[in-house]
Amino acid sequence: MRRAGDEEWQPEAQSSRRRPSPWRRLWRNWSAVVGAGIVAGLVAVAGLAPLLAPWGPTQLHAGFEIKPPTAAFPFGTDELGRDILSRVIFGARISLGAALGSVLLAAAIGIPLGTAIGFLGGTIDLLAMRIFDILFAFPAILLAIALVAALGPSLPNLILTIALLTMPQFAIMARGATLATTPLEYVQAAIALGASRRRIVFSHILPNVMPPLIVAATLNLSIVILVEAGLSFLGLGTQPPTPSWGGMISRGRQYMTIAPWLVVFPGLAIMVAVLGFNLLGDGLRETLDPKLYRGGG
Amino acid sequence: MRAYVAKRLALLIPTLLGISFISFMIIHVIPGDLVTILLGITASQNEQNRQAIIAALHLDRPLIVQYLNWMSGVLRGDLGRSLVHGGSVIGEIVRAYPVTVQLTLMSMVIATGMGVPLGVLSVMRAARRIEPAVRVVSLLFISAPAFFVGTVLIVLGARYLPTLPTLGHVPFLEAPGQSLLHMLPAALALGAAISAILLRYTRASMLEVLGADYVRTARAKGASERRVVSRHALANALIPVIAAAGIQFVALFGGSVIIEEVFALPGIGRLVVNAIFQRDYTLIQGAVLFLTVNAVLINLTVDLLYHLVDPRIVYA
Repeated sequence: MRRAGDEEWQPEAQSSRRRPSPWRRLWRNWSAVVGAGIVAGLVAVAGLAPLLAPWGPTQLHAGFEIKPPTAAFPFGTDELGRDILSRVIFGARISLGAALGSVLLAAAIGIPLGTAIGFLGGTIDLLAMRIFDILFAFPAILLAIALVAALGPSLPNLILTIALLTMPQFAIMARGATLATTPLEYVQAAIALGASRRRIVFSHILPNVMPPLIVAATLNLSIVILVEAGLSFLGLGTQPPTPSWGGMISRGRQYMTIAPWLVVFPGLAIMVAVLGFNLLGDGLRETLDPKLYRGGG
Repeated sequence: MRAYVAKRLALLIPTLLGISFISFMIIHVIPGDLVTILLGITASQNEQNRQAIIAALHLDRPLIVQYLNWMSGVLRGDLGRSLVHGGSVIGEIVRAYPVTVQLTLMSMVIATGMGVPLGVLSVMRAARRIEPAVRVVSLLFISAPAFFVGTVLIVLGARYLPTLPTLGHVPFLEAPGQSLLHMLPAALALGAAISAILLRYTRASMLEVLGADYVRTARAKGASERRVVSRHALANALIPVIAAAGIQFVALFGGSVIIEEVFALPGIGRLVVNAIFQRDYTLIQGAVLFLTVNAVLINLTVDLLYHLVDPRIVYA
């Protein structure tokens, strides 16, 4: 297997060769490949949940409460006699849905906002950056808990809150790219040629910031899965009986000593999902960021 | 340095004002009629109670007046009274704070004690073969939610070390040894992910420094690998690690919110979670403000320390 740390010692040898296309480089990065595989698997599980799950996620099996894994219930059953495997499979929908929903929303608001701030500059820029600084000062999980509690615990409110808290990161990156590329000759040339603002932003500025934004979005997905699980664990996310991994761990805790499968399987599901996005994000960063020679880390 | 400190302190004022405003607004984003919701707690919806709560929170005044009223209390160290039991909010926070501080400090000691040395070891020649393993194991630690690790630790502890206490809290000043022992599982659960994060930072930083010219010179002189790493590379490599550790230390205060609930530790995190389920909004408001100001002051301290450690750093 290729060792990522090795590149460190041959940066010259690397650059003297013709640079392979990004897709080739991505394919050669084991971290990206494994991560993409896990993420693809998760998406498939979430999408095909009704086909894959042996039972309904809220279906009760009387007389089968808290049973260890068997052929009929591969991950065992919970205190109400529900199949844990089916609940873990359906839980993937909640977890991925919350993650994708909030990150897409954050990017959809943050990127245009950041670009606008960078374009307008001056007082607006100064003011916006101060506001972002203030938002960053809050421990994110704490503000998320307080806001979700105030708005009322539900999945949409959770998505909205997490999107609000991650949005500044996208805005700041888009603003940075706008400030860095606007003075460059090719952008000035486009302005001189009378290109519309829209065209300048979409064809000249944003393509430059897309790679780091994609990396940030991927790594954010893993953070959001953890935050959603944490809030659902506290009872502030998805409400029962809808299966969510964090909620399953929370309710399984009291039976944990006699029935560890109640907690272990949803816990492993969270770990695998977060690991997948982390590996993919790592791999993307290594292949998309031309400034980064260093592997591993 | 002095100019830098002055600038940072001056910037602190607008930041703190902004934080106080957002904390204040938490109570006002609650949908519906605030008075009815607040009264729901005491389940006594009569007109007299209505008027009392309106008077206590100045809810009949414009928002900005309410904010200024609240702020004038905050500046005098008064965060208002709990909506549930009427006790002083700041009193509750001050009682819970030492528990949270002990937890975060213990987690930080565990995280740096494991993460930094392992990060250094992972770049030694002998360890380079296992790079994929180091990466996967460290990412697995980062991927495990602390509340899950904590739950597993409680069960493993109950099964294999039944004499070891895992739940509850002993105040440090009453019995320091017992107190540390009681909090160890919680600190381990909270510190595990951070140790992996610090390992990755240390490793990346070491790899960068090991490629530097002065390290090549040291190698050319014939210095042993061990000497190169410990004498030449380590000190410089640790500088960015300090910054990363500072960020993680602040994050620990956020992470403690959930882990205190798991281990039944009477810290600020548990205070907030309980307040949320009792809809004690003044307590939530006060605790959010307190923890955020705490985070800002720690950030400032870390930045200043960082500046002392590495005077080369120039701030914009």
